[in-house]
Amino acid sequence: MTKKQKKNLYRILLAFGLFILFSLFETENQFLQIGLYMIPYLIVGHDVLKGAIHGIKNKQVFDENFLMSIATIGAFLTGEYAESVGVMLFYQIGELFQSYAVGKSRKNISELMDIRPDYANIEKDGQLLRVDPDEVAVGEIITVIVGEKIPLDGIVVEGESSLNTSALTGESKPRSVKSGDEVISGCINMESPLKIKTTKEFGESTVSKILDLVENATSAKSKSENFISKFAHYYTPIVCYLALALAIVPPVVSGLILKIGFNWNIWIFRALTFLVVSCPCAIVISIPLSFFGGIGGASNAGVLIKGSNYLEKLSKTKIVAFDKTGTMTLGIFEVTTVHNTDIDEKTLLEYAAHSEAYSSHPIARSIIKAYGKELDKERISSIKEISGKGMKAIIDDKVVLVGNKKLMDDYNIETIACSECGSIVHIAIDNTYKGHIHIGDMIKPTSKMAIRTLKNHGIKHCVMLTGDEDKVAKQVAKELDISEVYAELLPQDKVSIVEKLLKEKDEKEVLAFVGDGINDAPVLTLADIGIAMGALGSDAAIEAADIVLMDDDPLKISKAIKIAKKCMHIVYENIIFAILVKVVCLLLSALGFANMWMAIFADVGVMVICVINAIRALYVKNL
Amino acid sequence: MKKTYKIEVDCANCANKMEEAAKKTNGVKDAVVNFMTLKMNVEFEDGADIKSVMEEVLKNCKAVEDDCEIYL
Repeated sequence: MTKKQKKNLYRILLAFGLFILFSLFETENQFLQIGLYMIPYLIVGHDVLKGAIHGIKNKQVFDENFLMSIATIGAFLTGEYAESVGVMLFYQIGELFQSYAVGKSRKNISELMDIRPDYANIEKDGQLLRVDPDEVAVGEIITVIVGEKIPLDGIVVEGESSLNTSALTGESKPRSVKSGDEVISGCINMESPLKIKTTKEFGESTVSKILDLVENATSAKSKSENFISKFAHYYTPIVCYLALALAIVPPVVSGLILKIGFNWNIWIFRALTFLVVSCPCAIVISIPLSFFGGIGGASNAGVLIKGSNYLEKLSKTKIVAFDKTGTMTLGIFEVTTVHNTDIDEKTLLEYAAHSEAYSSHPIARSIIKAYGKELDKERISSIKEISGKGMKAIIDDKVVLVGNKKLMDDYNIETIACSECGSIVHIAIDNTYKGHIHIGDMIKPTSKMAIRTLKNHGIKHCVMLTGDEDKVAKQVAKELDISEVYAELLPQDKVSIVEKLLKEKDEKEVLAFVGDGINDAPVLTLADIGIAMGALGSDAAIEAADIVLMDDDPLKISKAIKIAKKCMHIVYENIIFAILVKVVCLLLSALGFANMWMAIFADVGVMVICVINAIRALYVKNL
Repeated sequence: MKKTYKIEVDCANCANKMEEAAKKTNGVKDAVVNFMTLKMNVEFEDGADIKSVMEEVLKNCKAVEDDCEIYL
């Protein structure tokens, strides 16, 4: 609790004690009674009265303070002293709870998102010095001890360790790094100390960028939030006038027209109860809290959402367009399949890798990488490169041919065509065909699952846009079960296709585009919602998009949509529940079925329930 | 020119009122109050004297919501 909250708590306790004491003390003397009740009333309510006067002075009449002051003063004047003090007491208890609950959840959420490093270690004269990360220059060597956060982006120059990236990506599997690897700030070093040469200043480092983004996220307001501020703007004056009407019209009607007496007391008291019920705080507080919780929970799961308006839009997503390379596929060329004849797969790869031992071509590198073992160069007697065709090598005294179909044709070796598209490397040993290796872009392991989950969660269309050749695009689309594919597109073609999709869709439907960065930037901006594969550290992606998936996992798209849906669900629940209860209680109090105690319970109770419900938005783990 | 200030305010509705008050202040192009992070982002008009504008913003905010603070 803060100092102010503690002070309020003591005030409430003191007033409550006095209130109980005085209510036991019965006296016929009205003035003494008023005087006695006045003490706890002023102790607990003086700031409310002050606030109301301040509001009136500054032409901001209709606020909660005003409502409460009028209601309690009115109750006092109609002789309901105990009720008056009680209402003020409960109002203050409610306020205290609200400020405590909101403060607490704000702290919880902030802690979840707390990736800010407090210091960086710099070695000076053999000793580690703690300095402000802001003061570290580019190119300086920093030391990160086990358990510490990496404060700035950089390259490992010494040491080997594994990093916990979960604060950034939501991914719980640690990432291992060694000398020469790039690391980003915000990760936690888990195994052994690392020396890192910084490549960016603190302000430019990943951690600062993300913090900036998350902290400003809730500033972009959603429609529901704007609705609520507008609602509060009109609501309070309206209920005040209604209360006034309730206090005047029925007594005048019954007194002058029906001639059954004015009954001023009853009607004024009903009007006051009406005022107490009408406090709009439950709705006003719970909506931004729900959004804040949703955004906080999402960023904890590795999904950065740049504003509550995007969260709201995301929940209505019906069409998702994807980029292929880097989004649904890894964007790295790798050996995907090895088709062998009468030789086993490993041996085939072994011969191919050795033949390519001295080559730096990406395809050669990927074959060597797929082989994975140390190359034994003693076994290679000679290697000759046949330009544009491949390699002829002598390994273990065998003639090995590794290359494209043209190479095989030159040696009159019959090849078996491959059903897959991409680059094919044929291998022949001692003039007999031994099989081929297919090298292509790998589909991410979660892509297929991602599309399926999207379809199961109400996404009507999945569209793939790619610059890659038609054959490759179709095959990937088939594997992923995407029916609509546009291939061989230039960046401007992507823009025109997305424009077309935007025009064709229903107005209420939302189109999201998922891409991986620089060349997708125009489309990311154009789509209703741009989702970028964060590609950890890619600035262009983070800037152009509305939502960033920190670990490039397409499965997170559906997760983000589910988080958004849950959050919006909670928002609507709160709006409907709070307004409904308010309206019912307003009616009950106008008709005289509710007393002031019930009114104050309705107000505080609804608020407590709404705040607790709002906090649910934070829990998104099992979505 | 944009700047972010830490603020202190108790209720969401009051934060909205502060935002409105700040927006209406001369020299302020746009202002956004974020109740959840307790921050106020102010975008100033070109050539505005930030210090005096912010003093004015604080005064206007205090007028609509007595119980608030902006840490300048």
